[in-house]
Amino acid sequence: MSGKSRPRVAVVIFPGANCDRDALGAVELVGGEAVPVWHQSADLAGCTAVILPGGFSYGDYLRAGAIAVHSPVMTAVRRHAAEGGPVLGICNGFQMLLEIGLLPGAMLMNRTLRFICRDVHLRVERNDSPLLKHLRLGQVLRLPIAHKEGNWFAAPEVVRDVEAGGAVALRYCTPTGEIDDGANPNGALNAVAGLVNLQGNVLGMMPHPERRMRALLGGEDGAALIRGLVEAA
Amino acid sequence: MKWDAPATVELAREHGLSEEEFERILSDLGRVPNLTELGIFAALWSEHCSYKSSRVHLKKFPTRGPRVIQGPGENAGVVDLGQGWVTVFKMESHNHPSFIEPYQGAATGVGGILRDVFTMGARPVMILDSLRFGSLDAPRMPHLVDGVVRGIGDYGNCVGVPTVGGEVDFHPSYNGNILVNAMCVGVARGDGIFYGRASGPGNRVVYLGSKTGRDGIHGATMASDVFDETASAKRPTVQVGDPFTEKLLIECCLELMGKGLVVGIQDMGAAGLTSSAFEMAARAGCGLTLDLSRVPARERGMTPYELMLSESQERMVLVVTPDNVAPVLEVCGRWGLDAVEVGTVIPEPEVVARFEGRQAFRLPLAPLVDDAPRYDRPWVEPAPAAAVTLPNLRDREWAADLREMLASPVFASSRPVWQQYDQSVGASTVIGPGADAALQLIEGTNIGLAATTDCNALACSLDPFNGAAQAVAEAVRNLACVGAEPVGVTDCLNFGSPENPGVMGQFVAAVDGLAEACRAFEVPVVSGNVSFYNETSGTAIVPTPTVGMVGIVPGVRHRPRSHWHLGDAIYLLGPLEGELGGSRYLQIVLGLEAGPVPAVDYDGERRIAAVARDLVRLGLAAAKDLSDGGLAVAAVEMSGGTVGCKLSLPASTSPVRVLFGEWRVGFALATPVAMEPALERACEGLPLTRLGVAGGTKMVVTLGRKTVLEASISELAALSEKGLGWLSEA
Repeated sequence: MSGKSRPRVAVVIFPGANCDRDALGAVELVGGEAVPVWHQSADLAGCTAVILPGGFSYGDYLRAGAIAVHSPVMTAVRRHAAEGGPVLGICNGFQMLLEIGLLPGAMLMNRTLRFICRDVHLRVERNDSPLLKHLRLGQVLRLPIAHKEGNWFAAPEVVRDVEAGGAVALRYCTPTGEIDDGANPNGALNAVAGLVNLQGNVLGMMPHPERRMRALLGGEDGAALIRGLVEAA
Repeated sequence: MKWDAPATVELAREHGLSEEEFERILSDLGRVPNLTELGIFAALWSEHCSYKSSRVHLKKFPTRGPRVIQGPGENAGVVDLGQGWVTVFKMESHNHPSFIEPYQGAATGVGGILRDVFTMGARPVMILDSLRFGSLDAPRMPHLVDGVVRGIGDYGNCVGVPTVGGEVDFHPSYNGNILVNAMCVGVARGDGIFYGRASGPGNRVVYLGSKTGRDGIHGATMASDVFDETASAKRPTVQVGDPFTEKLLIECCLELMGKGLVVGIQDMGAAGLTSSAFEMAARAGCGLTLDLSRVPARERGMTPYELMLSESQERMVLVVTPDNVAPVLEVCGRWGLDAVEVGTVIPEPEVVARFEGRQAFRLPLAPLVDDAPRYDRPWVEPAPAAAVTLPNLRDREWAADLREMLASPVFASSRPVWQQYDQSVGASTVIGPGADAALQLIEGTNIGLAATTDCNALACSLDPFNGAAQAVAEAVRNLACVGAEPVGVTDCLNFGSPENPGVMGQFVAAVDGLAEACRAFEVPVVSGNVSFYNETSGTAIVPTPTVGMVGIVPGVRHRPRSHWHLGDAIYLLGPLEGELGGSRYLQIVLGLEAGPVPAVDYDGERRIAAVARDLVRLGLAAAKDLSDGGLAVAAVEMSGGTVGCKLSLPASTSPVRVLFGEWRVGFALATPVAMEPALERACEGLPLTRLGVAGGTKMVVTLGRKTVLEASISELAALSEKGLGWLSEA
């Protein structure tokens, strides 16, 4: 593939982000051109898809993702999303998508009040978004989580709308795909692990697909998601 | 008292200096130092900074080898990995601060060791933590365990360096003095290494990072003192960490070094600006001027004494050519970090500081660094541990003994600890915590970088020489379990007071044991740390010389597995029986911390580890080394708590020695039946016993035709999961 024809994917670099390099590498692995875009940039450097990576943007002081959303680059991200451009928010990036209202709800501390890093199983609930097109409905993915604030929460009427509108993309489940409180690592309502917006172009998820791109590193379940984003770019 | 008041012998004593040392300062300077100068002497002459009691012995370590690029004496050691890559690593203790304030003590321990590695130009890629706690029913102990784990997690998780390994152990001798040893491994290109040298007169000194506050003043002297019942009054000497700033520093410094904008660089660790200024100047054979009025201060009215001795975290000293000052400040500004030019490199070997328009101090380098006091302290050779008379150990309820061991904190699964650490950020972790060693891929390559920390302090308390040597052997075996061969060692030597000849004897013996083993395995020691005065109210910890070993797998083709699969054949590579002296079986089941610890069989270790390494590399077998708890505990670990096993032992063997014996050159291997011929061929000429197969839900062991052990594998594994389970709860 020649350099010019590769889809350009922006990975926003926030101070304190720490999964930015992993996201850049993952995009390149599936044939995209990964472009680091500084948080103070006013535009997306000609990119046609965006990753908001995980980490502790601005130290997560105040609240996870709360300060990052006031970065100049987020104006460009909002515009891009409003125009239907694909956006993937991972972990801290998902928290930012909630902060700016591109996705509904908020994150509470995990119910154990502790940081949790381990593999979880996820049931695919939607595959009609371009970002999810390489997944099968009901498929069970295995990906790592690494967060302290991933306990998704929303008011009852919001939860109703989320479910009615089919906004849940991924749910924590058992290895065989059952939804079970014991398989929910953080206490998220309705076992929500990932949400997609109505238009299907904005996906937020707590687990880390960019860490599971190679069998040697424990699996390739993340590659389908990253490939979906790159192809949607 | 004013910062420039003349020093007195009483003040010197309050600073932890002896009367003789004060006399020596007077004669070195030919005048009476002021209070700030006295503080600088006290910090640099502290045990922590000067290694005054250990230096004469540390010389015995082998520190050279074909791969060694930088040995001890820099911020961290550097070892060549081939293909243009190098690894940079070091281990350091943060014991005293962690006992006083566990959360910040452990967090800043991680922060400090990260800086030692990235200051060399390497990106930190792994953290390992070797932790030692007292009895869980000792005062404050659950709080200390929880605080240390949260502190390590909150810091490491935020900076985005995966915590991939380490150990947790318990012994009552740590009740009043826990150990927090943190190791960091970094990776760099061979041509991208930087040193802590203030060279080139006329070059500028730039201060980078957090502002200087009044925290941590005299942390180094605190770490060079024993505890008594007033330990909590020392809380103000503990520093407070800010991992967000550390993350910015990592990225900023790597960018500065990547662009070739710095001449020398060092973090401000123990003794703060004092140690970085004096050490950087001494290494380069130059001197420095400093304008302390320009040092960014967190509060008004800070004195030269405080500015020089503060141990505020996340601060660096850069040496930069005059032309590069502006570009350096520009990069730092973009990362939102304070950076200020505070001084100049001079040819004279001295540090001259000004404050508010007048000279604050002027000190020659030699007496403070190269000619600092060295002591060959008196020591007595430790008495060898005597053989013990054991009760009849023939017809015991072995399953009950195994259950008792697994239920002990010593064998508690550390999963509740490491699940609070980000193990996979960096997207390079092949094998994370919970295995024998950690394994990572170097970004964009198939080169595997492995690391482990090891120390059986129980064995070291019985026989410091053999115990320390066995720690090296165990590290070699652990690396073999992930297919790696050792390339270098860092160590963290935790002992009581060196002024006690008995403790000093333990130290000397342990250093000798480490030196002998590192020589025998041809693994050089490239960095390390000594932590003395680990004692409270006269009771010292058991000697704990922690070994951190780094290894390489030239090309990782298979992901090593640490569990067996249903139907696997199970083998024991190595002698069938182990020794009981100094074993966990005696400690936990019989309540005896006793017995001789055997010398390492270097020849056997080398041959057997080499074969195990190859089997793992080729994907022929899962391997687990037999150390603490012997074969029985290894089997429970390899079962993953799900797949049982049927093992049959020859009727002539002693079940206790086969199941629980330690100190043998051995591995448990598991391989698919189809690969058995290949495995047996690879092990030709070595002791190899086919023990049985993996399957069922029980662990069943037969001796001849008699079943000697039968237990549910999930129940056994659950016992070990329970011990620290409370750590993962709200």
